[in-house]
Amino acid sequence: MIPRHLLIGVGALLLLVVAMGIYVRHMRRRAGEMESLAANALPVAPPASGPTETVTLYVADDDAGTLRARSAQIPLPGGRQQRAEELLRALLRIYQQPSAAHPLSPASDIRSIYLVDPGAAVIDLNAAFADQHRSGILSEQLTVNSLVETLAANVPGVQRVNILVEGKTRDTLAGHADLSETFDVTAIEQAGNQ
Amino acid sequence: MPSTTNQILAILLAIVTLLSAAPSAGPSPEEEHISIYSSAATYTLPVLERGGHEYVGLLELLEPLGTVSTRTDGRRLSLRYNKVDAEFAAGKTRAKIHGHDFDFTAPFLIENSRGLVPLNSLNTLLPRFLGTPVNFRESARRLFVGDVGIQTSFRLDAGNPPRLLLNFSAAVNPTISTEPGKLRMVFKRDPVVSPGSQSISFDNKIITHAAYSESNGDAVLEVTANQPLMASFSNDRKTITVSAGPQISATPGAAVTRSQNPAQALTASSVATTHRVLAVVDPAHGGQERGAALTDTLAEKDVTLGFARLLRHELETRGFAVTLLRDADTSSTLDQRAAAANVARAGIYISLHAVSQGSGAKVYTALLPVEGPSNGLFHPWNAAQAPALPLSRIVSAAIVTEMQKKAFPVRASSASLRPLNNVLMPAVAVELAPGADGIADLTSANYQQRAASAIADAVVSVRDRLGVHP
Repeated sequence: MIPRHLLIGVGALLLLVVAMGIYVRHMRRRAGEMESLAANALPVAPPASGPTETVTLYVADDDAGTLRARSAQIPLPGGRQQRAEELLRALLRIYQQPSAAHPLSPASDIRSIYLVDPGAAVIDLNAAFADQHRSGILSEQLTVNSLVETLAANVPGVQRVNILVEGKTRDTLAGHADLSETFDVTAIEQAGNQ
Repeated sequence: MPSTTNQILAILLAIVTLLSAAPSAGPSPEEEHISIYSSAATYTLPVLERGGHEYVGLLELLEPLGTVSTRTDGRRLSLRYNKVDAEFAAGKTRAKIHGHDFDFTAPFLIENSRGLVPLNSLNTLLPRFLGTPVNFRESARRLFVGDVGIQTSFRLDAGNPPRLLLNFSAAVNPTISTEPGKLRMVFKRDPVVSPGSQSISFDNKIITHAAYSESNGDAVLEVTANQPLMASFSNDRKTITVSAGPQISATPGAAVTRSQNPAQALTASSVATTHRVLAVVDPAHGGQERGAALTDTLAEKDVTLGFARLLRHELETRGFAVTLLRDADTSSTLDQRAAAANVARAGIYISLHAVSQGSGAKVYTALLPVEGPSNGLFHPWNAAQAPALPLSRIVSAAIVTEMQKKAFPVRASSASLRPLNNVLMPAVAVELAPGADGIADLTSANYQQRAASAIADAVVSVRDRLGVHP
């Protein structure tokens, strides 16, 4: 004869095992749902830094007196205007390195870029960009060509470019390259092919 | 041991063979691209080859035409263009656009979060998004969205010299190049369409033939003649006149639109020799406007003045009349300098600059900006140089040749440098950089003399083309 208290103890243990099994099954299902939710939520919005993209930067070389096309992987945000600004800032970072072949002041920056349809873009530089730029036809023209060609190569539809300094028209970049007129992208590309 | 040596030699030989067979690191052949013309934007995009098919980026294609957003997890791509939703899957030929199935001619691809669509599906794909028909000329890679084509017509004026008038239904901006007996116009951004016949022959002894072709996103018009040809724009860039031989005879009488006459501010002596002036030499900067700081104490304006005086001497000894736009440390505005050269009806304008970086010399012609408003017969001030630009380039090439003869490192280029674009006659700017002795060369009479002599020899070599003879 099995003692009564032993039967009750075994019964309680069996109930506990069944309850644990149900709980484990419930937890497994929840974990699966969480994984599925996480997978679906991933592409909703790009991170602030954005995925990297391959762009073509036209980088000036003072010694050679030319622009060289260079591919670069940079993170770009979603909007056209923000993409254009990040693009030119990536170009500036090359010129601000100590051994740059076309040095620009570390304080140089792109304030804004306005993409004005159809086909017009306005680049607004900060004062340090122009005030601390080296004076000379070649150096100034290479800067202009580099900005214009890089923008046109990576932002479809840009045909004409104006360059402002601190939001205002300026006669020249540093005494030579004329900033008072609208640059024709085609003419600049042709000049680069000479 | 000999077998080991043989193995090493074999490996070296294989490496050399591989390196010689590898493509050179030089410039790649012309990039394949597609041109898209629409009323919203005209643009070009690179064409990529994948698995034997040509592809183009879908986002880049649609972005200039409307509002686009995309989302991808690497295998699937969701896109919304204006109010049209679409779902694409990497490697699949079937997509869903606005709730309907769409079949590509080759698999849709996703690379670096970019969706790529096969080029030969564009004719059927784009109308699903745009709601309007498109005309895609696949062999030429030219895509027309809506009715945006620019019509072309030819008319030969068989006068003496004969002129071929090319009339367009909208303003055009082709790249124009010449070679003996041929003038080639490449329309990269203009939706120019065929004039009907791909090839037209003219019953003329000088201008004999014109041909139209399209390839790699460009339209090309080529005119053939038995003489050198030049082209000029008129009618708000809707007419291109192709005529034989470089002529600048219109230069002295041409007028310039401007609300004021900047020449009045110049001294009378500057323009006193009007009827005899052939060369106007312009030492850049002056007065408060110092130009580049070549050293702590040496300003560009001082070097250019000394250089200009030497060039005046070199030109005068070769029989030219010369006017310096400043012969002291005085200043003039850029408008005043251009107006002085124009009023003097000079045969050539030479602007002189100096720089402390680089070596040798650079020769510049005008990089013309987007043209200002035209006023009938008058030239827009910011593009007054346009008719004389072909001759300016000839002068520039002559200076390069003569400087090279004198062992000067030299390059020719274009620059948006005023007042080059405001003068009516052939115009160049020469920027003098240091030689082997460094910055001291810029003030060296011998160094400047060599450069001035080369420039003067170059001007002599093109004297017959300059229109005004000393």
